[in-house]
Formats: sequence, C-alpha cells, structure tokens
Amino acid sequence: MPNRVTWHLSLLERLAAPALGVAVIVVWQVAVPLLGLSEFVLPTPWQIAARIFSEFSLLAANAAYTVFEVVAGFGLAVAIGIPLALAIFYWRPFERALYPMLVALQTIPKIALAPLLVLYLGYGWGPKISLAFLISFFPIVISTVVGLQSLDKGLVNLVRSMGSNEWQTFYKVRLPAALPSVFGGFKVAISLAVIGAIIGEYVAAERGLGYLQLQANARFDTALNFATVIVISMLGVLLYFILSFLEGRVVYQRELAK
Amino acid sequence: MNSDDKKPSAGAAVKIENVSKIYETRDENVHALDRVDVEITPGSFVAVVGPSGCGKSTLLSILAGLVPLSSGRVLIDGQSVRKPHPKVGVVFQTDLLLYWRNVLDNVLLPIEIKHLGREKYRPEAIALLNQVGLQGFEGKMPSELSGGMRQRVAICRALIQEPGLLLMDEPFGALDALTREQMIMDLQSMWRRVHNTVLFITHGIDEAVFLADRVLVMSPRPGRIDLDLTIDIPRPRQWTGVHEDKAFQHYVRRVRETFEARGVLVER
Repeated sequence: MPNRVTWHLSLLERLAAPALGVAVIVVWQVAVPLLGLSEFVLPTPWQIAARIFSEFSLLAANAAYTVFEVVAGFGLAVAIGIPLALAIFYWRPFERALYPMLVALQTIPKIALAPLLVLYLGYGWGPKISLAFLISFFPIVISTVVGLQSLDKGLVNLVRSMGSNEWQTFYKVRLPAALPSVFGGFKVAISLAVIGAIIGEYVAAERGLGYLQLQANARFDTALNFATVIVISMLGVLLYFILSFLEGRVVYQRELAK
Repeated sequence: MNSDDKKPSAGAAVKIENVSKIYETRDENVHALDRVDVEITPGSFVAVVGPSGCGKSTLLSILAGLVPLSSGRVLIDGQSVRKPHPKVGVVFQTDLLLYWRNVLDNVLLPIEIKHLGREKYRPEAIALLNQVGLQGFEGKMPSELSGGMRQRVAICRALIQEPGLLLMDEPFGALDALTREQMIMDLQSMWRRVHNTVLFITHGIDEAVFLADRVLVMSPRPGRIDLDLTIDIPRPRQWTGVHEDKAFQHYVRRVRETFEARGVLVER
C-alpha cells in the first residue's frame, strides 16, 4: 500500500494534464466576452462545440474523404516503401545507388510539390493521395532500413549455426527485430500523411476537411474553421492510436518489460 | 536431417586437420590460425585456452560452419564441414536470446528452424529447463531473467538439438564471478548426463582444467596449439576445494608456464 502522501502526489500527477486543459478552456470561455471579441474573431469553446454538433454530418462527410486520402497515401507508402527498404538492405549496389538519392530527396519540402501535383494530376484524388504518399514514404523506408541494419550480427550467426536459410533468418530474426523501428516510422508517417492530404486539399479541392476549412475561412465562419481544426487533430490522433494498437499486438515492447 | 533419431546422441568424432585461416582485408592479411591439428575422441570434453585474439573463436566458428577455412579441413563424424552441421550446437559468449520470445519458445527455436515439430520437442524442452533449475520459467520473457538464467536457457537451446558436438565460445565470460562458479559446476553435471563431445573455449585456466578431459593451450596470433594437456582427475570433480588439489594445481601450473614461455603472462 502506498502511503497517503505519495498517493496524493500520484493523483496530482495524473490529474495535472487534464486540469490544465480544463483551465485553458474555462479561461478562454470567460475571457472572450470580457474582452468583447466577436464570434468571427474568436469564438468561445462552447460555440465551437455547438458547431461541431450542428455540422456533424457535414464534418463527417468531408472527414471521410480526407481519411480515404490519408489511408490510401499511407498504404501506398507502406506497399512501396517496405519492398524498397528490403531491396536497399539486401542488395548492396542498390543501396549505393539509391540510398544517397533518397536522403537527398528527403530534403525537398514535399509540400512545395503540391501545386505541381495539381498541375499534373488534376483536382481529384490524385494530388492529395500523392502528397500523403510522398510525405510518409521516406520515414517508412528509412526506419525500415535502419531497423534491419541495427540487428546484432550474433543473432544471425546463431540461427545460421542452426542451419537456417536466409528466408528463415529473415522471418525468425530480422523482421521481428526490425519491427519496433518499422512501427516508429509508421507512426511518424501517419501523422505526416494527414498533413499531406490537408495541404493537397488547400491547394485544389472540392471536398475534404482542408477544403471545408478554406470555405469556412472565406465566409468568416471562424467557429466552423476551429471545428475543422479540431476534427483534423482528432483524425490524426485516431489514426496514430490505431497504429499504436496494432503495434501492441505485433511488437513485443522490450522497454516495457525492463 | 535424422529427425526421428531420438536416442541420446553419442558424441561426434572431430578431426581438425592442418587448419589455417587467413582473414584477407583490404590493407593487410591477418593470419588467425596456423596449421591447427587436433583429433578429438567422441564424448570427450576439450577446453581451449588462449589469449585474446589468438584465433580460438575463429576455430570455433570454423567448426560451426560459420566461417570458411583457408586451408586444411575439418571432419565431423567423417563429414567435411563447409556449412553448419546438423549435429553441432553452439553456445555463444552472450546468450543471444530473442527478446520477443519467451523462454520455452527460445529453447524451441532450433526445432522450428529444422522443422522437427515443436509439439514433439516441447516435453524435452521443459525437461531440459528443469534440469538447469528453470522449472516454471517457461513462460517468462528473457528480460525477466538474470544473466546466469539467460545463459542457462541458451545452453538448453543448444542441447535440444541433441548435438553430437557442443561448441561453447566463452559461455561464462559475460557473467559475474559467483554466477560463473555455479555455471561451471552445473556444466559438469549436465555434461555427465549428455556425454557428448564438447569444445569449450575460455580465458579461465581454472575452469578449463576443472571441466575438461583435455586442455589445448593456444599461442598468440597466429594461433597454434602450444600445449596439449590431458587432465587426469577422476570425475565427478568437486569445484569446492579443487584449488587445493595437488593434481589440479599441477595442471594449472603447466598451462601458466606455457603462457609465460610465450610472454602471454609476465611476472613483473
């Protein structure tokens, strides 16, 4: 049994973050009328919440488009990035040729490509999925390569001494040892994919949360603007948690056990 | 390979014939082993002692089929070794347990790789763990075990392959002194049960003399056999008090003198 003082302390620690959040919202709610700000300059949290509920179906319909773009872009990045990482890992000339180029390409801000993508791919799904793909592709490739390369050479010798072939070495040792790093890359990538899709929608779109936000902005509908921001954030958090959940099912967390 | 052969494996016969190893790197050739020539009787325990970098681990890697030799040949039960041999089990200096697998699944890893049937070997794995004092630990993860326990699991993982030849590469080198002493005692009793051929590589002169039927002393690089010492102390040997045993002291002294003659050990 923990004693009273430590119990109080742990309760305080656990409540600190939510308490701060609540405090910020209360101050915001109270300060807006006190300062005489109108709704289109800064809506109160209550007004924003009310908008989320009243425009729920509009937000949900646009969110569905954005989610599709994010998941498609991310899925493509996984489908192309993992085999590419394997090729880089297993085939040295390929690594020599491609890896430096990949790292160099990573320095291009992918967002700057958005107008070009619209030019080439039009106003539909194309540029959004491409942008989500491009922006999430590099972290997936790099983290997979790093995960594969960081393996203790001793483990490879161990399974080889048991007569393992390269395929067995891969799925018994290399893959499980690389998974924590791979999932680290996935989690970075999914958050970036959301940004990519939204930027794509800013540039040219007829639907999606980025489009909705621009519409709200044009109509000085600041409450809806804020509502969109909140839905976008929740979307990112949700996708991140789905990946964390999958990670928990697939990856044994060494750190937790220690 | 001979998967249905569940009889206790007699030790394998090992012939190391004039084996040399030169590592070729871009700017220099490292001569690791120089005409090593040893014949090992089946079922005997042979310890190899030598200074760091003398090529004793290279010798073990060649026997394990992990490193190609430059000249000479190695025969295990008459078969020339070019790749890992199914009759050979290896225990490395670090336990190399897969941290995402529990104890039982780690012990069964070679069974999975050799497609011998996990379920068939499960009772065997549990029996081996019981023998090394790990009953009830089957479901634990490696991170929950102490260093000594982890190395015991690694030994079980080698033994489940029923190796005619067990190769041990400084298996107690990473353990604390007290755990090491316990492991030395446990290894003797384990080997007396299995009675296979063991090649045990170590830095520890006392553990080599205590455990082995025969101690091979290697010279500094390029490694060759400097002294081939038969240890004639009856078994079971008692670790406690062995350092006061006249015969034991004699053998340890012989090994030391060999190192001194080579300048590996110097009195200042």
